Amino acid sequence: MYSYNLTHLSELEAESIFIIREVVAQFEKPVLLFSGGKDSIVMAHMARKAFYPAKLPFPLMHIDTGHNFIETLDYRDEFVEEIGAKLIVALVQDSIDKGRAVEEKGASASRNVLQTVTLLDAIEEGKFDVAMGGARRDEEKARAKERFFSHRDEFGQWDPKNQRPELWNLFNGKKKIGEHFRVFPLSNWTEMDVWQYILKEKIPMPSLYFSHDRECFERDGMLLAKTPVIPLKDGEKCEMMHVRFRTIGDLTCTGASLSSANSVEDIIEEVAASRVTERGGRADDKRSEAAMEDRKKQGYF
Amino acid sequence: MSDKSKNGYLDMELLRFTTAGSVDDGKSTLIGRMLYDSKSIFEDQYEAIREASEKRGEEYVNLALLTDGLRAEREQGITIDVAYRYFATPLRKFIIADTPGHIQYTRNMVTGASTANLAIILIDARKGVIEQTKRHAFIASLLKIPHLIICVNKMDLVNFDQEVYDNIKKDFKLFASKLDIQDMQFIPISALLGDNVVDKSENMNWYEGSTLMYLLETIHIGSDLNLVDCRFPVQYVIRPQSTEFHDYRGYAGRIAGGVFKPGDKVMVLPSGFTTKIKAIDTFEGEISEAFPPMSVTIRLEDEIDISRGDMIVREGNVPTVGQDIELMICWMNERPLQVNGKYAIKHTTKDARCIVKEIKYKVDINNLHRIEDDKSIGLNDIARISIRTTQPFFYDKYKTNRTTGSVILIDEGTNETVGAGMII
Repeated sequence: MYSYNLTHLSELEAESIFIIREVVAQFEKPVLLFSGGKDSIVMAHMARKAFYPAKLPFPLMHIDTGHNFIETLDYRDEFVEEIGAKLIVALVQDSIDKGRAVEEKGASASRNVLQTVTLLDAIEEGKFDVAMGGARRDEEKARAKERFFSHRDEFGQWDPKNQRPELWNLFNGKKKIGEHFRVFPLSNWTEMDVWQYILKEKIPMPSLYFSHDRECFERDGMLLAKTPVIPLKDGEKCEMMHVRFRTIGDLTCTGASLSSANSVEDIIEEVAASRVTERGGRADDKRSEAAMEDRKKQGYF
Repeated sequence: MSDKSKNGYLDMELLRFTTAGSVDDGKSTLIGRMLYDSKSIFEDQYEAIREASEKRGEEYVNLALLTDGLRAEREQGITIDVAYRYFATPLRKFIIADTPGHIQYTRNMVTGASTANLAIILIDARKGVIEQTKRHAFIASLLKIPHLIICVNKMDLVNFDQEVYDNIKKDFKLFASKLDIQDMQFIPISALLGDNVVDKSENMNWYEGSTLMYLLETIHIGSDLNLVDCRFPVQYVIRPQSTEFHDYRGYAGRIAGGVFKPGDKVMVLPSGFTTKIKAIDTFEGEISEAFPPMSVTIRLEDEIDISRGDMIVREGNVPTVGQDIELMICWMNERPLQVNGKYAIKHTTKDARCIVKEIKYKVDINNLHRIEDDKSIGLNDIARISIRTTQPFFYDKYKTNRTTGSVILIDEGTNETVGAGMII
C-alpha cells in the first residue's frame, strides 16, 4: 500500500512554509532578518518556495555590526541577487555615530549587544510590525520556551512569563499599535535538520562553514580568527590552523573549530559525532547562565 | 560509518509526543535518559547543569535543569511553561513537548497535547493509578492524541514484581474504559536504571513487549491524519502579476484533510461554486497528489472569487456549515469566561468574532463528573459551551479532524489567547 507519510524534513518544511505564509497573511509589513548564517539562509530559501512563482512579499534585513567576515558579505549579496529579494542593511556603526549606542571597551569588546539597539531602531524606522528570525529552540535553553509567534511590547521587550499559549496550528498575531512580533519559522528544527535540509535542497553555503586555513588564536577555550577588530592580549599568539565555523556571527564573538569537513556530508557526519553544542563556541552566550534570556528580554533576536 | 549516515539520515520520520507528570514520577529522569542515551545532550550542556546542580547543593545531576530554561524557573525550582526538546535516532526525529506537573497544569498539558501524536503517561509503581494519572489520561483523550503509552515507572522499587504491574494495568484499563482512547500500550520500566527504556530489562523476563524506545521508533503514525475528508483552508492568494506569470492565480495553504489530485471536482465554500483542480504547484513543480500536512498551492479551472478563510473541499463530502457551534473548551486565562461575552475567534485560516451563548456544564477532571450547579469557568477549567459566530464556519467534529475541529478564543481587550476549543 502506498504510504501517505512525509519524511521529517518535508514535514518541517511544510510547517515552516505555513508559518511564513501566515506571517504575510496576518501582518501589514513583515521583514525577514538575514545574517548570512545557515539558519537565515534556510529560512529565506523556504520563504522563496512559499510564494513561488511570486517574488518575496517582504524585504530581507541585515543588522550589520561592521565586524563581518568578508565571505559573509559576498555570499549575502549574491544570495539576495539570486532570489531576487530586496535587501535593507542597518548599520550598528550608524547607531554609535548617532549616540544611540555606546561601543564596549577592552579586549573582549563586542558589538553583539549593540545590535539590539540597531535592530529595534530599524524595525521602528521601517514601520515593520513583524520580524522573522531564524532562531531555533534547540539552540539555547531560553529559546526552548519561546513561541513561534512571539509578542513584543512597545519597547521591543519579551515577557517570557506571560507568553500566549500556542495551540494546534492557530497562531495569534493580534497586537496593539506600536507593538510588534518576532516570528521563528525554524523553531522546531535542530542543527542536524538544517544541515540535512541543505544537503537535500543542494543550497550553496558560505565558504566559512567549510574547512579552510586561517590564522587563529585561543581565548577562554575558544578559537577566534585573527582580525584588526580584536586586539590580542598579552601571551596570545596567532597560528595557522585548519578550521571551520559552526555558526556565523559577529567576528568578535564567533569561535572557530578545528575541522577537516569539506562538504555538507562531512559536516553532517561531524554534527552527528559532535559532543558540544554549536553555541558552545559563542562568547556572547558565555557571559552568564541567563545571558540569552536577558538579551532577549531587551529585544535581541 | 553506517549506511544511514552516508545518506545523511534524509529518510527519517517525525514523531511529536508529550510527557505528562511531575518530577516525583521520574519524568525528568526519563527524558534525561532518552536524550542522554540518544546522545542528544551535549558535553557543554551536561557540564553546565552539573555545575548548576552542585551550586544548588543537589546530590545528583538534576536533569530538570536542562529543560527549565528561564531564570525564574531555576530560581524557584519549578517549571512554568511547556518546553520543547528534540532528539533523533536513525529512524525518527522526536519533538517532546515537556509539560510541568503542577503549576498551570491543565493549560500547559492541553497546549503540549494539541500538536502531539503520542502521549507518555508515567505512573509511580508504588502509588498506582492516582488522581493525577486520571487527569493526564482524560486530557489525552479530550485532545484526541492517537497513541498513549503508559509507563509504570520505578519498578526497581517494587522488586520488579509482575503482580504490581498487572494490578496497575487493570486499574488503568478500568478507568480508561470511560474514555475514548484509540491505542493504549503498557510498559514496566525503571527510568533511573534504564530497564525497558532503550534496552530490554533483565530484571523483568516476564514482560514480553517492546522497550519504550523501540515503540517510539516503530509505532505506526501514518494513519493518524484524516486522509478521507478533503479539506483545504485557503491561507493566502498568490498573484505574481509579472509578465511571465501574468494570469497566475494560486491558492496557498496546508492540506487539513484528505488527498487532493489534479482533475478532482471540488467545491469552494462559502460560495458553493464547483470547479476542478487544474494543478497542484510547489516550487519544485506540479505534483500528482497532495495530502496532510503538506503546504502547497492549488490552481483551479475556473476563475472564482476566493480569499483567505475560504475552504476548498470535495463536492460530495462537505464539512458542516454553520454559526451555532458546540465546544469543549479549556480556559487558559485568569479572567474567567463570560457568558454573553464577545471574543475574537480563530478557526483554520478564518478570523471572526463570537458570543458565548451558554455554559452547559463544567467537567471535574479528576473523576469526569459533570458539574451543573457551578458554572464559573476560570483558569484551567474545562467546560462544554455553545457559541454563535458572526459568520458561518466550515467545520468538522474535533474527533474526525483535529485541524478543522479546533478553535482558539482571544480576548479583544488584551489580545491574549484565552480559550482552546474542540468542536463536538
